[in-house]
Amino acid sequence: MNLFGKLSWDAIPFDQPIVMGASGGMILGIVSVLGWVTLKGYVPYLWREWLTSVDHKRIGVMYIVLGLLMLLRGFSDAIMMRAQQAVAAGGAQGYLPPEHFDQIFSAHGTIMIFFVAMPLVIGLMNLAVPLQLGIRDVAFPTLNAVSLWLTASGILLTNVSLVVGEFARTGWVAYPPLSELQFSPGVGVDYYLWSLQISGVGTLLTGINFVTTILKIRAPGMSYMRMPVFCWTALAANLMIVAVFPILTATFAMLLLDRYLGFHFFSVDAGGNAMMYVNLFWMWGHPEVYILVLPAFGIFSEVSATFSGKPLFGYRSMVAATMVICVLSLMVWLHHFFTMGASANVNAVFGMTSMIIGVPTGVKIFNWLFTMYGGRVRFAVPVLWTIGFMVTFVLGGLTGVLLAVPAVDWQVHNSAFLVAHFHHVIIPGVIFGVFAGYIYWFPKAFGFTLDERWGRRAFWCWFIGFHLAFMPLYVTGLMGMTRRLQHYDVVSWQPWLLVAAAGVAVIFAGIACQVVQLVVSIRAREELRDVTGDPWNGRTLEWSTASPAPAWNYAVLPRVTGLDAFWAQKARAKQGQPAQARKYAPIEVPKNTPTGFVNAFFAVVIGFALIWHIWWMAALGAFGAFVTFLAFAFRQQEEVEIPAETIAQFDRAHPAEVAL
Amino acid sequence: MQHVALAVLLIGAAALGGCSEGVLDPKGPIAAAERLIMLNSTGIMLAIVIPTILATLGVAWWFRSSNKRAHYLPDFDYSGRLELLVWSIPIMTILLVGGVAWLSSYDLDPPKAIASAEKPVRVQVVALDWKWLFIYPDEGIATVNQLTVPVGAPISFELTSSGVMNSFFVPQLGGQIYTMSGMVTRLYLRADHAGTYRGMSANYSGAGFSDMYFNVDAIPPERFEQWVAATRTSGSVLDAQSYAELVKPSQAVAPFTYRAVAPNLFNGILSTGMQPVHPSQRTHLESQRAEK
Repeated sequence: MNLFGKLSWDAIPFDQPIVMGASGGMILGIVSVLGWVTLKGYVPYLWREWLTSVDHKRIGVMYIVLGLLMLLRGFSDAIMMRAQQAVAAGGAQGYLPPEHFDQIFSAHGTIMIFFVAMPLVIGLMNLAVPLQLGIRDVAFPTLNAVSLWLTASGILLTNVSLVVGEFARTGWVAYPPLSELQFSPGVGVDYYLWSLQISGVGTLLTGINFVTTILKIRAPGMSYMRMPVFCWTALAANLMIVAVFPILTATFAMLLLDRYLGFHFFSVDAGGNAMMYVNLFWMWGHPEVYILVLPAFGIFSEVSATFSGKPLFGYRSMVAATMVICVLSLMVWLHHFFTMGASANVNAVFGMTSMIIGVPTGVKIFNWLFTMYGGRVRFAVPVLWTIGFMVTFVLGGLTGVLLAVPAVDWQVHNSAFLVAHFHHVIIPGVIFGVFAGYIYWFPKAFGFTLDERWGRRAFWCWFIGFHLAFMPLYVTGLMGMTRRLQHYDVVSWQPWLLVAAAGVAVIFAGIACQVVQLVVSIRAREELRDVTGDPWNGRTLEWSTASPAPAWNYAVLPRVTGLDAFWAQKARAKQGQPAQARKYAPIEVPKNTPTGFVNAFFAVVIGFALIWHIWWMAALGAFGAFVTFLAFAFRQQEEVEIPAETIAQFDRAHPAEVAL
Repeated sequence: MQHVALAVLLIGAAALGGCSEGVLDPKGPIAAAERLIMLNSTGIMLAIVIPTILATLGVAWWFRSSNKRAHYLPDFDYSGRLELLVWSIPIMTILLVGGVAWLSSYDLDPPKAIASAEKPVRVQVVALDWKWLFIYPDEGIATVNQLTVPVGAPISFELTSSGVMNSFFVPQLGGQIYTMSGMVTRLYLRADHAGTYRGMSANYSGAGFSDMYFNVDAIPPERFEQWVAATRTSGSVLDAQSYAELVKPSQAVAPFTYRAVAPNLFNGILSTGMQPVHPSQRTHLESQRAEK
């Protein structure tokens, strides 16, 4: 048996200029960044303050950095697909052969869902939820770092597939029998499966961590009905993570058993049933949509209340709607395959449950509307994203309800119409929300706000580009265009696909504006400095501490007496109530540990070894991970104490913090 | 901007009205009924969605912080009446659309036979890598990548797959249905107008998927008889041997016909899914490896 399993020089696609160019660029980029960091002498700082950090805010920032970097990767895939479909009409084959095109759309879906949307949403939850709850950290800080780095491991493996071997050619859902060894003998599906298994464990640990945090650790006085809405949506999302990610892991485990050990869970022979995979996949897959979109709804709630200078309208309705969606989302999975030939009873019931989700979602839209009603709406950039979301999402929701009608779904399932629909809900619903949250909480992470002008430009480019890119797909879908076509014979689709390609160019301009915004803001950080800790006249607790928030978040834990605790405190301060004298006590914060980072290194080794059938290396990796765990379990010191004097000094330097 | 988008959508829909393809240009009762349901549901929802969009933009603009004429209500965060309204509007909308969805799930259930005086034409469909095999069991003929049906008669489809899952879809005749190995799905369609309609696989199935489309020729019944008779006179015979040849992966296959079909071939294909690896599938595997 070969020492390196299936791995050989053939695995590197030297003959494909596009792939080699992209990989070369990626490797060059990584090497030059690493070189620059090393030359500048930033390595010890990065290691001490970031890579080994267990501070929820820093972990949040690193999640967001990962998500934004992968957004660039996933978006380059999108550019390539749109360019291919813009030209490959009639007899033309375009510039991407099927084996390459099929990898690109599979990677695009996988990356955008698992490695863009998830890290961005989880990153913002990490950044904001403990601050909003008025606490100093999450329940399990080291576990939080482990989650982050396992996600990073999955991301690394997916990107390695670009250079060494190939990625799946099965679509991001990897339906068997196509994803079985019989039809996909290469390592592409294995890259897909192991990347997602590893990052999936990280996500599950995040879910456990946040459910525990929100249920068990809150500032004194913060009862459930006094939690900011973003915390409610985070709770719902993490409950769903805990409920459904194990389903995904088990499903992938069964497919792995099929592929590695010749089992027959989903194979075409020996009694396997591929539709079982499809059912299980969507039992995870539909709640996943709400795992992403509910926290974004939370962000829209925070933004609309803050920038209207008003409390959120119908807080209890919002909480109820969130939890109703949380439960209902587990009961609708079959609408992803009304076309499998289930009985009319089954189709009718799942059609109804799917539509019922539209009710709490509609309630949320109206509540945001009434939050602005009677307010003083400041059209800051987060508000633009929020209003842009509201007017776009209702139409995306309309086509969603349409797809929930089985008789309509049969006509547009798997078509460009479907592609247009889910981008129509996920881009405004999740991505717009994440961008709003990114601008909203950026000062809390870094101490300065982001440039407004470039923010507006980015918004308008995204908003216009989105409509140009996806409205034409509704049309081609109705004209009978299916998704995932490498080339097509119907030339009347081409004009629409050219418009869609132009839309992608406009979105590209939007992304460029966001990059410029970041650069401009960093250079002008002194003018944009947030000295008050409360740049937006906020309502919730995170704005009561300094920007950027110190490692201990709050020198004295806030006491909460109602909703919008910080707003109430500011009102009291205005009435001239004297702030209580502060007594500083030493604070213990969790000690930084390289456990997460080292563990992730071994996770990558295990994953890579299993993908290429290098069994000894997998064993070595598992051993290393176990030793890391032991070293962590037997560590001497778990926390470091910050002396009261340091905290008092910090407070004197940042008088912004209003004593609560 | 939203209006521009809407306008694009509407112009698109209008442009489609004149198009000779797609789900908005039905050529049979099933597709026509499905289009009606699509338009009805869209209409019901637009009645609430468009006012919501306008109200959102209007409220946000009127209550802008620079508008001194707008009343600031800093504590307006609850109203029982509004809450009632806010919950009942979506509930009523969903009740209406839900009713449409519920009834149509039964009325248009794919395996439900189309009531007709004429005897249905039976077609057995096998999705292969990457082409379509159509067996006419009553006529004893078969075609590849081309489906010929008589106008006016219900077509009764039984569908399966040799391996990978596909979806059989002729948008102008009616909704799609999956083809799955080892399983049979059933679908009734009817063409009311003579013409050629595009059919395809609507579920991605691998490298040759983009070329997995076919033409549906709907021709008058008497010409259908002639076509059957003509088909019986030329081409080869589809039996286990030639099927093993046909099942090997191939792309962009030009349409051709078989003059005869071994009886029970379809049931044989169906049961291979339940048996240990069929020799034909082993060659499939090897050829894929060779491709790499």
